[in-house]
Amino acid sequence: MPQNQTHGADQPDIAGPTPKSQRTKMVKSSDDNENKILAKKLKDSEICVPIVYGNIAFWLGKKASEYQSHKWTVYVRSSTNEDLGVLIKRAVFQLHSSFNNPMRVVEGPPFELSESGWGEFEIVITLHFHGDVTEKPLHLYHRLKLYPEEESGSLSMKKPVVVESYDEIVLSEPSEGFLARVQNHPAVIMPRLPSGFALPPVPMEDINSGKRGDTKNHPLSQWFTNFSEADELLKLAAARQQVQAHIARLRRQLSLLDGQQQLKSASDM
Amino acid sequence: MDAKDILGLPKNALPIQEKKSKPPKETQRKPDGISREVYALTGGLAPLMPSVDVNQLKRKAQSENEKITWQWLPFTNSARKDNLQLYHWVRVVNGVPPTGDYSFAKYNKSVDVIKYTDEEYEKYLVDPAWTKEETDRLFDLCERFDLRFTVIADRFPSSKTVEELKNRFYSVSRAILIARAPSPGDVIVHPLVKEPYNVSQEIERKRALSMVLSHTKQQERRDVEVLAEAKRISEARKTAKAAEEPELPVMADSGHDVTDRAAVAAAADSISPTPSTQFPSATTANPVSETASVVASLRMLQVYLRSYALEQMVQAASSSAGLRTIKRVEQTLQDLGVNLKPKVPTRAVCAEHLELRKEILTLLSLQKQLQYKEAEGSSYRDGSYAETPGTPPPKRLQRAADLDRTFTPDSLSFGGERIGKRDQKRKGPGRSEAPSSPAQSKRPRKYKASE
Repeated sequence: MPQNQTHGADQPDIAGPTPKSQRTKMVKSSDDNENKILAKKLKDSEICVPIVYGNIAFWLGKKASEYQSHKWTVYVRSSTNEDLGVLIKRAVFQLHSSFNNPMRVVEGPPFELSESGWGEFEIVITLHFHGDVTEKPLHLYHRLKLYPEEESGSLSMKKPVVVESYDEIVLSEPSEGFLARVQNHPAVIMPRLPSGFALPPVPMEDINSGKRGDTKNHPLSQWFTNFSEADELLKLAAARQQVQAHIARLRRQLSLLDGQQQLKSASDM
Repeated sequence: MDAKDILGLPKNALPIQEKKSKPPKETQRKPDGISREVYALTGGLAPLMPSVDVNQLKRKAQSENEKITWQWLPFTNSARKDNLQLYHWVRVVNGVPPTGDYSFAKYNKSVDVIKYTDEEYEKYLVDPAWTKEETDRLFDLCERFDLRFTVIADRFPSSKTVEELKNRFYSVSRAILIARAPSPGDVIVHPLVKEPYNVSQEIERKRALSMVLSHTKQQERRDVEVLAEAKRISEARKTAKAAEEPELPVMADSGHDVTDRAAVAAAADSISPTPSTQFPSATTANPVSETASVVASLRMLQVYLRSYALEQMVQAASSSAGLRTIKRVEQTLQDLGVNLKPKVPTRAVCAEHLELRKEILTLLSLQKQLQYKEAEGSSYRDGSYAETPGTPPPKRLQRAADLDRTFTPDSLSFGGERIGKRDQKRKGPGRSEAPSSPAQSKRPRKYKASE
């Protein structure tokens, strides 16, 4: 698993604040102005990056020893397997203290870590974003799972244990520079921009240049879960309908009772 | 000795023995620096270690080269004006009596009461409510009694309140000060000039103080309640304002303080309806302000997870609900087949989830209302009518049992997944959130039994 990637994939397509050194020849005031514009935040809008994080664990079978019974990979990927390097600068996986160098830093996509071991524990994944996104890191918590649910099922060397969680990274009030940088990137769900709003165009990244950070052709991609919101939406909509019908019924009953009581009090008098 | 007597041992031998033994013992016993009785406290033996080092003790006489005598001498007190000469014992050292004033003379402090001349009075101090004699008398008393106005008020010939006397005194002093000052700038720092005596305020303050002092316990409790309520209202207002306009915190605070103080004062004085009218508006404003504040806090985070955002919103929406209600909401969600935390928290899913939770809260509150209404109605009915409780009670019973589990999976018919018999084991596709079937099947059986 490539872990020592440079930022090569990121540099070419960053327009805006970073390549200042290239522009020293230009008039400084316009440069600053442009930086200011790109640093300006877009209020009341948010960028959404759907991600999936989790682990895949293979039992080593014959090669398993007491302390190395499983080979597992913990990772953070885009839910549509796109390149997350556009957003994330590096990911830090904090492992159990019994591991050598428990703090593992992954400097570029794909953000994953493979190890071998025998125990299940909580891994803290800290995502550090690029400068124009935000300075604050984000923490994800994932419990490493090696052993399958059903105890009856025998450990299979071929079929791994897969636990994935879906979530979305929400960036509120993103800077225009960042928006410009990612406006056409497939990993990112762009917000609805105010009408007449124009972002400075960015040269599209040459797909074949540099290393690809997406996980579409990842060796483990066959085990990835496909998360779809449709199922959940359906359930929620049905549930809401039920509740609303119930509410309407109760409201009718209440008004009926009110009417009855009023009548009674009137007749009492 | 007595013991031996009791035992009846011959006395003869003993006295001789004792007499012989006593003297040597007594000479042994004779202590050096402490009395016999004290020595006996230690048990008649010398202490193993000296308890107090004798050298540590202070020597009474500082040094032996001074000759100290005590003499009965006269003295004068500078604090007295009549040159009265009294006598007292004086410690004389080497024949030299002590010099200096009477040691207690320095404690004779007095207040500087201003003295005005008649012309000054004519020019600055004429007042319709006060004659010159009264003012003079007042000042005289002030000086005599060191501005102890309660005493002065007692002694004042015509009856004037303490506040009136104070007012006159301070305003006269102030006028004189200003008049005598070479330039206004000199006296502006004087406390009298800077903060003049305010009669009405003083009267009000004293009245309020006496009221507070004379509060009964009940009134105190009420005050505490009102203050707590006012605090809650002001905080609710503050969060609402903070969510809306983050640039105006200071002004909003001061504005709220004023209105809150007014509310508290009004409540403290008499039973006023203002706090109660504030309550309904506060409670209705709360849900809106809470979600607004959550949104604001999320914005501050800049980057966050959607699942986290949903958690916060859910908490905010159910903040006014008790623990039981929250548990019931979760139970209802489970009955409906909805995950308590969405597995795919996209924006749309989270929004729907939140709305669903809010609707369930509304549903539960409606159910409660219905319960109360029915209870009211039934008690009313029982009191005034002698109807045989035919159909109403069983219905009520069933509805009461219904309330806890409105959506028993029996009554659900969506998705085609949960059909028919209660005893069938349920396992949703790949998901294990199906509630335990035995528990459910018991409930419907209960209904049947009561009917």
